[in-house]
Amino acid sequence: MAERQIMNEQDIQRALARVSHEILERNRGIADLVLVGIHTRGVILSRRLEQNILRFEGNRTPLAELDISLYRDDLQGRLGPVVKPTRFPVDIQGKKVVLVDDVLFTGRTVRAALDALNDLGRPRQVQLAILLDRGHRELPIRADYVGKNIPTSRDEQVKVRLVEADGRDEVALVRRED
Amino acid sequence: MVSPEAAEIRATPPIPEAIPDFAPDGKLRRNVLDLDDFSAAEILSVLDGTAAMGEVLRRDIKKVPTLRGRVVVTLFYEPSTRTRISFEEAGKVLSADVINMSTSGSSVEKGESLLNTGLTLQAMGVDVIVIRHPHSGAPYLLARHLPRVCVINAGDGLHAHPTQALLDLYTIREKVGRLQNVKVVIVGDVLHSRVARSALWGLTQAGARVTLCGPTTLLPLDLLNCGDERDEGHPFAQVEVNTDLDRAIEDADVVMALRLQSERQSGGFLPSLREYIRRWQVTESRLERAKPGALVMHPGPMNEGVEISTGIAHGGHSVIEEQVTNGVAVRMALLYRLCAQPSAEKLETAG
Amino acid sequence: MLTSADPDSILIQGPRIVDPGRGMDAIGDILITGGKIVSAGPRLSPADLPEGCRPIPANGMVAAPGFIDLHCHLREPGYEYKETIATGTRAAARGGFTSICCMPNTDPPLDNEAAVALVQQRARAEGVVRVFPIGCVTKGRRGKELAELEELAAAGVVAYSDDGDPVYDPNLMRLALTYTLDLGLPISNHCQEHRLCPGGVMAEGWAATRLGLPGIPAAAEEAMIARDLALAELTGGWLHLAHLSTAGAVALVRQARERGVSVTTEVCPHHLSLTDDWALGYQGTPDGGSGPLNYDTSTKVYPPLRGRQDVDALIEGLADGVIDCIATDHAPHEAASKQVTYQEAAFGISVFETALGSLMALVHRGQISLSTLVDRLTVGPARVLGPSFEELATLHPGSPADVVLFDPDLDWVVDTGEFASKGRNTPLEGVALKGRVVTTFVEGKVVHQDSLY
Repeated sequence: MAERQIMNEQDIQRALARVSHEILERNRGIADLVLVGIHTRGVILSRRLEQNILRFEGNRTPLAELDISLYRDDLQGRLGPVVKPTRFPVDIQGKKVVLVDDVLFTGRTVRAALDALNDLGRPRQVQLAILLDRGHRELPIRADYVGKNIPTSRDEQVKVRLVEADGRDEVALVRRED
Repeated sequence: MVSPEAAEIRATPPIPEAIPDFAPDGKLRRNVLDLDDFSAAEILSVLDGTAAMGEVLRRDIKKVPTLRGRVVVTLFYEPSTRTRISFEEAGKVLSADVINMSTSGSSVEKGESLLNTGLTLQAMGVDVIVIRHPHSGAPYLLARHLPRVCVINAGDGLHAHPTQALLDLYTIREKVGRLQNVKVVIVGDVLHSRVARSALWGLTQAGARVTLCGPTTLLPLDLLNCGDERDEGHPFAQVEVNTDLDRAIEDADVVMALRLQSERQSGGFLPSLREYIRRWQVTESRLERAKPGALVMHPGPMNEGVEISTGIAHGGHSVIEEQVTNGVAVRMALLYRLCAQPSAEKLETAG
Repeated sequence: MLTSADPDSILIQGPRIVDPGRGMDAIGDILITGGKIVSAGPRLSPADLPEGCRPIPANGMVAAPGFIDLHCHLREPGYEYKETIATGTRAAARGGFTSICCMPNTDPPLDNEAAVALVQQRARAEGVVRVFPIGCVTKGRRGKELAELEELAAAGVVAYSDDGDPVYDPNLMRLALTYTLDLGLPISNHCQEHRLCPGGVMAEGWAATRLGLPGIPAAAEEAMIARDLALAELTGGWLHLAHLSTAGAVALVRQARERGVSVTTEVCPHHLSLTDDWALGYQGTPDGGSGPLNYDTSTKVYPPLRGRQDVDALIEGLADGVIDCIATDHAPHEAASKQVTYQEAAFGISVFETALGSLMALVHRGQISLSTLVDRLTVGPARVLGPSFEELATLHPGSPADVVLFDPDLDWVVDTGEFASKGRNTPLEGVALKGRVVTTFVEGKVVHQDSLY
């Protein structure tokens, strides 16, 4: 396994700062905005975006957490046996929802997240913010806010590590050697 | 170097790493037969999953598409209301196709054996069989002979009722905040209670302190002997027995009253209901000896005025209704767990 | 098959001859001619051998009188899907048994001359070992009134029993013991006080409670044994206690013997080797948890498998003679009656073909001597059956050449697929045993030859 760092701590910080600005710019402030993180690292990233926005605007944005395990189209896939709680302290009816995840790959997670959102209410608009777009989409889905575009090959793995879950901030590309 | 922002974010509650623990002990869980083969880690993992399912049940539209195309059959050889409906609701909220097979009016009435019924269901492509049977071990018979079906025990004879025990554990953890060192007093006909037996496994595995209380004719003393005779490290070695409820209940965090079936009196296990009530009914005055805010649980159906006073059954200590609600969530978590796990071959290729 | 004697001569060369009836345990030769033992003793010189004598080399093997089984179920008539006389006697031959006594709980039960004659006739026509029916104690095994016991004796039954059920009514048991005083045959009782074990399916204790199965306390057996011993003492009748299974039962018999009560007893191979925790699966190595191996219905038997201390007491009783003999209680069942829940499953183990292998473990462990084991399989049961059986229990010159040849040290694994019995119901499936029957002779004829030799 060969691992190559493609984003370090500063890179991630800068990318998130830019994405935060873009969100504010596109939505002209935070009115009606709800940040929805997809478990696990999307939740962490959504909290960081919320902190950035707080610093830039001086106001808090409602946060929610979504676990998409119950909406997957491949039940016996890679995810674990425990569904993490979906925390939705806000009503998304009529709101502008920004879905937040770490990596955009096939698009299936986002598809599942859209289904999940649909069961929770009817937002006015759904946008997608991701830290990393690695290509290879299998569904017609694109991100509104992208931290970084990285061309990868299909058999490579992208590891996103965040302090809150992994003890450090970095993004690495892992290539299987065989 | 950690940025100030990152430090601030870290102060928010940590998010646990997603550990794919389908096979915590190196083997996939195909069946839920009793809690005796659940490690503490696996029990806690099921309880975590239950919390997420609880959120779905609190939604306006209680439906997620997770188990679309999966077939769950409830095969009940004994009457049951809450357990059966609880499984049915759990399956339906997860979008599984739930088929209730009642033994009357089916091939079972024509004398079809349990095994043949199971083989027939397997041949029809059923994914999960939820079975209740008056004979201990009936789910094991199905599990042994049906490699392509997951079997969930919804109560077998005097033996086990693992899903009830899990919902009890979940309810205790929700209300008390932990399971470790929680003092649980189980009162009544422990000998004939499959609920109590499964709870005994689950509670002891999870580190709770259990005291059994009831008439000596209705306590499974043999079960506890294993602690003395077999293995000091056996989970039951620490279980206490005290026939005096006034003593047993002291400092209890949880009092679990068991259903007293009327045939126990005719069977000679008890001199009279009156004497039972006098010695073992969970009452207001007895509960005063427990910890303040102690929980009162009952697996249902209750005989109010026998094992539990009406005041207690519907009073502030009672979490009996929460138990029922949690029952659906716990069964959803188990159905998800069994259906979502990768097949054995997949696990192997994943290395 | 048990027709005229084979005129050919056979020489079994060099086995260890274990013949407790004659106090013999030595290497030697056995010469058989015309279906009779000519000589079973010191090695023979070629000059002593008749012409055309067929030698069977048997170095390292044990030769003993064919085993006698006091208690088996051949299921015919009525339950031919479980076993027939043809299959049951072949299974017996594979186990080294040359004389077997079959219980009368058939359908119809053996409570009259005609039914007994049917079994005898079938055994002559289709059996390969000697079959001796046991007659019912009560009409229809219903426990209400005595069967015609003298008619049964005249028909050739060797004992009376309502096995499968006890003679429940104490007064009827008293009368049976009294009435048979002049018939010279024992009443064999299956001792089980049902009111002490409502719904019971296995021994009361840790394993039963663990499995949530209704238990059978030792007292259910001992209470009726105590009753029967008192009745035997009262009447002077001949009581035979079937399949002892508890330490308390051994103690009761020991005391009764000391008082001079006329009682004989038997014990089954499974009660000398298996314990109740075999019902958990894992074949006797209990695990902290249970698993899909649980509820092994092949361990369901009456009396139930019990605890270690019971097994030890039974071995001790067998060794010191309080227990006269080993009886198989071979109880074959079709697969369907065991592929059900433990509570629904039929009681019984198919024992014939594993008996010697499991019993030899006692010898290998030094718990009893080889000659004691052979005694309890030959002289012991013959004593219960009466003087006419003496010659079937030794290799005395002139006796019928019923001989078993076995390899005491052969390691093998039980494979019920090889069973001659229709009953594949044994908890020993897949278990390694040491000691295996090689050849069985009835009246000088080979009725079983092991394929490994």
